[in-house]
Amino acid sequence: MGVSTVGDELRCLITADTDVVQARQTGRELAAEVGFSAGDQTVIAAAISEIARNILMYAKRGEVRFTKIVDGTRQGLIVVAEDDGPGIRDVSRAMQDGYSTSGGLGLGLPGARRLMDEFEVVSAPGQGTRITMRKWKRGNA
Amino acid sequence: MEVPILKQGHYLIASIQSALSDADLSQLREALIARVGKFRARGVIVDVTALDVMDSFAVRTLRDIAHMARLRGAETVIVGIQPEVAFAMVQLGLTLKGIVTALDLEEGLAFLDRQGQGRIDNRQGHGRIDRG
Repeated sequence: MGVSTVGDELRCLITADTDVVQARQTGRELAAEVGFSAGDQTVIAAAISEIARNILMYAKRGEVRFTKIVDGTRQGLIVVAEDDGPGIRDVSRAMQDGYSTSGGLGLGLPGARRLMDEFEVVSAPGQGTRITMRKWKRGNA
Repeated sequence: MEVPILKQGHYLIASIQSALSDADLSQLREALIARVGKFRARGVIVDVTALDVMDSFAVRTLRDIAHMARLRGAETVIVGIQPEVAFAMVQLGLTLKGIVTALDLEEGLAFLDRQGQGRIDNRQGHGRIDRG
């Protein structure tokens, strides 16, 4: 299974459904290191699971990258999911609850957005997809 | 990782022991549905206490298990959803509408027992003999 460290970044290669499990476990461990509560660790892991599965379903392969972030007194985690797949034709529609082109529940992207504090999708047909999500730790101690 | 399925009386108990991939979940669904027929089970319990995340695929698979088992004549109870997992599920917009859930295995078994009692009473009321 492909987890590697590049600088401050942890990278998980996504090519099989076991990599989705690996990615969310890696994200959870990193979230624990940052000091997120058990509840937030679960929330982050669920969001990672959704976007990592999207890579597998639509692009077959891609990568999820994790970095701890510090912004002034705030600490958090940034998760980037990137692939060179077919891209998303209509990003605003893909962000709506219940919209799916794969026969899924259509809750992956909108659900992940609700779980995280910041969520950004960059995609165009034939240009792959890059999703960037951030979660900030509450009540910095 | 294969999920062990135990047979206890008329019930099947699948207790998930560790994180599951999508393929593992699908395998669990097939195995449970096959065994409902093989063992003439009337109830299925899926214990998810050990699951630290439930995402849209996991929820869809659990729903499928419950619906398919019902079509085969068995009731399903999902037990052991952890508080953080429940929180994340609600945020994701995932529900288990129409599916019976219980706090833990004990409560799940108690529910199935009550269900079964109801069925027997009904059948006897109609002058029929309960199978098995």
